Amino acid sequence: MNYKAITAIAAMLTLPLAAHADPDDDTLVINEDIEIVTKTAAPAHLQDAMDEIMSGWHFRSDETQAMEMDDFDNPGMVFVEKALVAWDTADGTEGKSCADCHGAADDMAGVKATYPKWNEAAGEVRTLQMQMNDCRENRMGADAWKYDAGAAIDMEALLSAVSRGLPVNVAIDGPAQSTWEQGKDLYYARTGQLDLSCASCHEENYGNMIRADHLSQGQVNGFPTYRLKNTKLNGIHSRFKGCVRDTRAETYKPGSPEFVALELYVTSRGNGLSVEGPSVRN
Amino acid sequence: MEFSRRDTLALGLGAAVLTVLPFSVSAAAEDAIAEFTGGADMADTGVELTAPEIAENGNTVPVEVSAPGATAIMLLATGNPTPGVATFNFGPLAAAQAASTRIRLAGTQDVVAIAKMADGSFAKASSTVKVTIGGCGG
Amino acid sequence: MASGVKPRVKVPKTAAAGDAITIKTLISHKMESGQRKDKEGNLIPRSIINRFTCEFNGQSVVDVTMEPAISTNPYFQFEATVPEAGDFVFTWYDDDGSVYDTTKPIKIA
Repeated sequence: MNYKAITAIAAMLTLPLAAHADPDDDTLVINEDIEIVTKTAAPAHLQDAMDEIMSGWHFRSDETQAMEMDDFDNPGMVFVEKALVAWDTADGTEGKSCADCHGAADDMAGVKATYPKWNEAAGEVRTLQMQMNDCRENRMGADAWKYDAGAAIDMEALLSAVSRGLPVNVAIDGPAQSTWEQGKDLYYARTGQLDLSCASCHEENYGNMIRADHLSQGQVNGFPTYRLKNTKLNGIHSRFKGCVRDTRAETYKPGSPEFVALELYVTSRGNGLSVEGPSVRN
Repeated sequence: MEFSRRDTLALGLGAAVLTVLPFSVSAAAEDAIAEFTGGADMADTGVELTAPEIAENGNTVPVEVSAPGATAIMLLATGNPTPGVATFNFGPLAAAQAASTRIRLAGTQDVVAIAKMADGSFAKASSTVKVTIGGCGG
Repeated sequence: MASGVKPRVKVPKTAAAGDAITIKTLISHKMESGQRKDKEGNLIPRSIINRFTCEFNGQSVVDVTMEPAISTNPYFQFEATVPEAGDFVFTWYDDDGSVYDTTKPIKIA
């Protein structure tokens, strides 16, 4: 059989799968209570690139969307419950829990929305996981958690869950600006054998199909995200790693300064969307 | 586009496979059905199966079965390595003979629901679910 | 007992006598299918929850036989009739012999 015939058969196979990749117009309300802003005007710094920013939720099927509309249906909340236990459990040489300093987890509402964030004392931009590890090592006398791994991602999901519905609002000016610029450079830098930048897919081609999947804007307001694919919570840096790997480039490590900068920049592209994690994606 | 005779034959075979595949039921699935029904005939109405036409990921596919008056509903994924998924046995306090769950599908295939009615008769429903391969593995 | 297994159920706290209510259940469990191989190419043995039951005051609502095609963190939604006040008892049976259960009381409003 030659190429022509194979192509013809391939076309027949593909046809029934053709589907619209455009984002839909559904609205997301969680637990019939928390209204999530999933579409809004792009922040000022992004207005040359796009008019409207959209949560990845709009690019998913109705079935996947529905799993996020009720905490009981959202398997990501299983991990949030695990983190709630950890929140109240003393750890380390100081015998302190998160709750001993911070009170109830609910009292942390709004914190996630401002991270990554400049830390004056440390003189660096920190992600929420870096700040959690600062607490663990310096206040609790406990070992740092591995970046994006079990306990850390569960806790990030808890802090995200209590901030749901609040607008993402990371600072990109002042002392954070140089890190933000570094992240922006990384976003637009083409890498790998496929010579793709983040923008190639998520700015220039969102709404189009990549093989059988929908390309979203690559917003991170829904992270940590429970993926049907691996049935666990996934962190932002782990997702970056997967994307960079798919361009066939050597990737940076989760927790690396490059990914911290990229997280700040990508998060800032979603300023104005609601904190949505733990979201459900495919 | 021109096709040689051999190409045309190949195309025909490809089309034949396409036509037959979604409706073929594996021997293991046939055995499971025979065990459940005892080989009895199955009506085309009486049981409803709700499944997505396209599943975004085969790892977690939401499905719902409903058969008013049934005592049990068996759910099969005919294209999986082992076709069994679940059998729902409804007790006297089931307010509806219906249930939802999330299942694994190894690929595009027919999902089948067979209801055993209170009078001993059987009903069958089937739904083709396309499982997409995804884009970026991430 | 498999690690990290935690049952969750959602049942209304009250109902009118004879009402039909919706129940949702989810239990955290890997549901190892027995089809996967580890990095050395050895088959990972099957380890799933193979049965789930819901009873109200000793009477069956639903009794489900489960196979490896049920997804990780098994989820069920179904409807129950509430004839009187009492207790819903939910039980999950693991391949390894473990039994996980949880009870939810319901009042008649």
